[in-house]
Amino acid sequence: ITKYVIVTSSNLPLFAPILQPPARYWQELQEEERKDENKVKNDAEQSKEAQQQEEDETQKAKKRKQDQSPSDGEKKSDPFPGPAPIPEDRLQKFKRKDKLKKVTLVFHLISLFLRDIIARSEDASEMAQKQAARFDLLLPEEAGFLEGDEDEDTCMISQEDIAEAVDITSGAKYFNLKLSQFGPYRLDYSKTGRHLLLGGRRGHVACIDWTSKQLMCEINVMESVNDVKWLHSEAMYAVAQKKWLYIYDSNGIELHCIRKFNDVLRMQFLPYHFLLATASATSFLQYLDVSVGKEVAAICTKTGRLDVMCQNPHNAIIHLGHANGTVTLWSPNQKEALVKMLCHQGGVRSVAVDKTGTYMVTSGMDKKLKVYDIRAFKPLKSYFLPAGAACLSLSQRGLLSAATGDVVQVYKDVCSMPVTKPYMAHRLRGTVWGLHFCPFEDVLGVGHGDGFTSMLVPGAGEPNFDGLDANPYRSAKQRQEWEVKALMEKIQPDLISLDPTELAQVDQATWEQRHQDRVEVLGFDPLAKEKFVPKYKKKGRSSAGAIERRKKQVAHEEQRDVIRKSVEDKVKMEKERKERERKKAALSTQKSALDRFKK
Amino acid sequence: MKVKVIARNPDDYVRETKLDIQRVPRNYDPSLHPFEVSREYTRALNATKLERVFAKPFVASLDGHRDGVNCMAKHAKSLSTLLSGSCDGEVKVWNLSKHECVRTFQAHEGFVRGMVVRYCGTSFFTVGDDKTIKQWKMESPGYGEEEEPINTILGKTVYTGLDHHQNDPVFATCGQQVDIWDEQRSSPIRSFTWGVDSFSSVHFNPVETELLASCASDRSIVLYDMRESTPLKKVIMTMRSNTLSWNPMEAYYFTCANEDYNLYTYDMRYLAKPIMVHMDHVSAVLDVDYAPTGKEFVSASFDKTIRIFAKDGGHSREVYHTKRMQHVICIKWSADNKYILSGSDEMNIRLWKANAAEKLGVLAPREREAANYSQKLKEKFQHHPQIRRIARHRHLPKTIYHQTKELRIMKEARRRKERNVRKHSKPGSVPVVSEKEKHVVTVMK
Repeated sequence: ITKYVIVTSSNLPLFAPILQPPARYWQELQEEERKDENKVKNDAEQSKEAQQQEEDETQKAKKRKQDQSPSDGEKKSDPFPGPAPIPEDRLQKFKRKDKLKKVTLVFHLISLFLRDIIARSEDASEMAQKQAARFDLLLPEEAGFLEGDEDEDTCMISQEDIAEAVDITSGAKYFNLKLSQFGPYRLDYSKTGRHLLLGGRRGHVACIDWTSKQLMCEINVMESVNDVKWLHSEAMYAVAQKKWLYIYDSNGIELHCIRKFNDVLRMQFLPYHFLLATASATSFLQYLDVSVGKEVAAICTKTGRLDVMCQNPHNAIIHLGHANGTVTLWSPNQKEALVKMLCHQGGVRSVAVDKTGTYMVTSGMDKKLKVYDIRAFKPLKSYFLPAGAACLSLSQRGLLSAATGDVVQVYKDVCSMPVTKPYMAHRLRGTVWGLHFCPFEDVLGVGHGDGFTSMLVPGAGEPNFDGLDANPYRSAKQRQEWEVKALMEKIQPDLISLDPTELAQVDQATWEQRHQDRVEVLGFDPLAKEKFVPKYKKKGRSSAGAIERRKKQVAHEEQRDVIRKSVEDKVKMEKERKERERKKAALSTQKSALDRFKK
Repeated sequence: MKVKVIARNPDDYVRETKLDIQRVPRNYDPSLHPFEVSREYTRALNATKLERVFAKPFVASLDGHRDGVNCMAKHAKSLSTLLSGSCDGEVKVWNLSKHECVRTFQAHEGFVRGMVVRYCGTSFFTVGDDKTIKQWKMESPGYGEEEEPINTILGKTVYTGLDHHQNDPVFATCGQQVDIWDEQRSSPIRSFTWGVDSFSSVHFNPVETELLASCASDRSIVLYDMRESTPLKKVIMTMRSNTLSWNPMEAYYFTCANEDYNLYTYDMRYLAKPIMVHMDHVSAVLDVDYAPTGKEFVSASFDKTIRIFAKDGGHSREVYHTKRMQHVICIKWSADNKYILSGSDEMNIRLWKANAAEKLGVLAPREREAANYSQKLKEKFQHHPQIRRIARHRHLPKTIYHQTKELRIMKEARRRKERNVRKHSKPGSVPVVSEKEKHVVTVMK
């Protein structure tokens, strides 16, 4: 096995010891001892196991005989009664909402009729969840992985080795395009992952069906190219050139020159909204509706040159990174930033958001790589990269690739656990300019000064695609069908908000306001609870005393509701208080660094 | 080193031959389908818009009567047969699937007031202004034969309505009193009166078959049990009810069409207060008929419109009108729950779809699936303002539009006055009377 060794020391991250430390004298000894022990153990165990196996087999045979003899006369019982169990994690994956609890006070307030409707819809959604979870077990493909042998770091494994180890078609996905003339290159993969778009700094634009290595078109726009982006399908792409924004089709024919969009540096395409968001050098964030060709919004961010941009694929919010270390979140509906986060000391170099919209990864001039929980806007992890990361990209399954100079490093599980070394690393010929994971493939595309490199990153892509959403194998006819459907259900830009499920929630405030207005107009509350009027009963049961008693009974019922609520509140408060106390106690028992000075 | 990368065999994902259908592998992982709610909302919005685009309820017009259509009867066994009687005493039998008249004859002198098909479907009864009850064969007479009734009963007074028992050879007529007739006899087996008045319609309960209800001109609705000699009870309202219809699924509910522009759904057991007031017409309601599902009913009004109400909806879900349709006198909901038939003053019978946007004919399975899906989406997002606005929008004739507006203003003024009176009087002395309670005068037993 050839090991990949990085020579330059300047690009080496401190926490990622790619160069192995010199061997210490005790390591070899320990290892030898361990090996010896293992050998001894192994031998002993093997012999034991062999014996046990024999014994087991004889016992099993006996059992089988015993089992069989009585079962001849009786009926055989089902060894797996009931429906097949569904793993809990799969169920969790498809869970959308919690069930309405029967103990809450809200439950008592809902009318019986509504309760019935809710119960039925909950049952239906539970069944759908179970069905989806069962279907999930039957998905045909499995995700890729890379595991090193003992004492072998996965980051030391070279691309050539991986390409050799995997099958030929997969091996062919590792390739280099040497394009030194017009580089450095920016790149973009289409939504299905079939098509690759390359844009060289010095005007070279090419689109390639990269799996078959077929060139679809190649042009030189004779102008500097800042960014390239596929639009909704592989038939059209946008190129941000020196002055204006241009749209070309897949034959390289210029379709539009959009003069409203000038000095564009970065672009993002929101596929479900058919919006092309552009960030310009004049600090304008503009949205272009590509289905009708209209500018939806133009926002002056007043924060200087915008060359760091990414989208949150979960809620279509645009994230912009700025030179003062802040990251701002934008929607086309608001002239002000939705959120401003101070993420770095020094400028932000790159931002990436994962597919579920949970984590945001940023890298800055302060050479730090930070992970944020973007739902709660809280920092989770902070790493120090000696060279700093210029480009970041997150894959569908959560792998993070970071470009430090001319080295691309891929990290695994950056968001959930502390990481000490990269999962993979690869050195390129020139400085990295663009990074992009290919959707539905274990491939990372890297655009750099000397052309383009397609890297194999096992475990990066989602193995099972959805044929109705993004199908890499779709025919022309299927694409047309999909395009019509997608255009029909284009989401309007005014539905973009931080919480994409907001639309499905009850608008309590508006309802209350409307109810108040109604009460004012009517002069009485039509939803007010009617005063209890006891029914007239015969046979002397409607005496004044009896009526009073009946009234009281009803009143007590109402009181009980109030009491129930207050008791619930009290229990909750008590619980919270206890939790707080427990935390406090835990904190006080923890040893601090200063404790050693106490006597 | 152990390594595996995603390597798909294209043969698993593309069709084998051109004759196959395309393969569509699915993965329902929610993270692969972002913007779930917004996309569903957009779909629902599109579905609602398309529904309005495809809402073309008018199917056909059956012309041929030489005077206004006064009454209609559904055939008990055949979906495609309809009977109609006009104001000049003519009865026509229609074939609905061919949109043509199959039989015409002069049944009465003067109006045909009521007609009903016997439960077996072999004969039908008509009553007219000439004080006769006639029973006719359903089959048209042979060549050279004359149109003659099987049976004719000459009564003393004019009969205004008629209904047949669900499964016994018994029918009921109304005029100055409500009479129960045995088919074999020429005099009524029972007569009900309660005060001096005349009745406009009588209807058998389709489930509790011995029960009847009738609308009287003294603004009351009277309930009877055929087995008893006296009426059960009656409710007197502020204005007269023209006719009523029993809910065929929930035997204790009936809806009456009132002169005060409203329809009232009553629970037979608690007549003191209707369970629902259905408002929207801007003139007297002349006829009402329930859908066979019992979930909706259709009403015909003097304001030249037909409206469809949910049984528990205070306002109509649909309004039908045409430029040429005049006062709608009678209405029927077809037994397959798909069509509505209206007979109006200007001598035409019109065939409408019960669900305006529904596609007629056989649906392909995929088509049906898509329709069901969009229906569910519309239901799910029906309360969103944008969708509700589109779904509720109906074009109305100018006169009706303005009349509605006027009525609203009048109602608002009345409410304002009441509010002011309440404000300036002793608390509790001017109680809030709900719309439901307003229209009932008394209940008598």
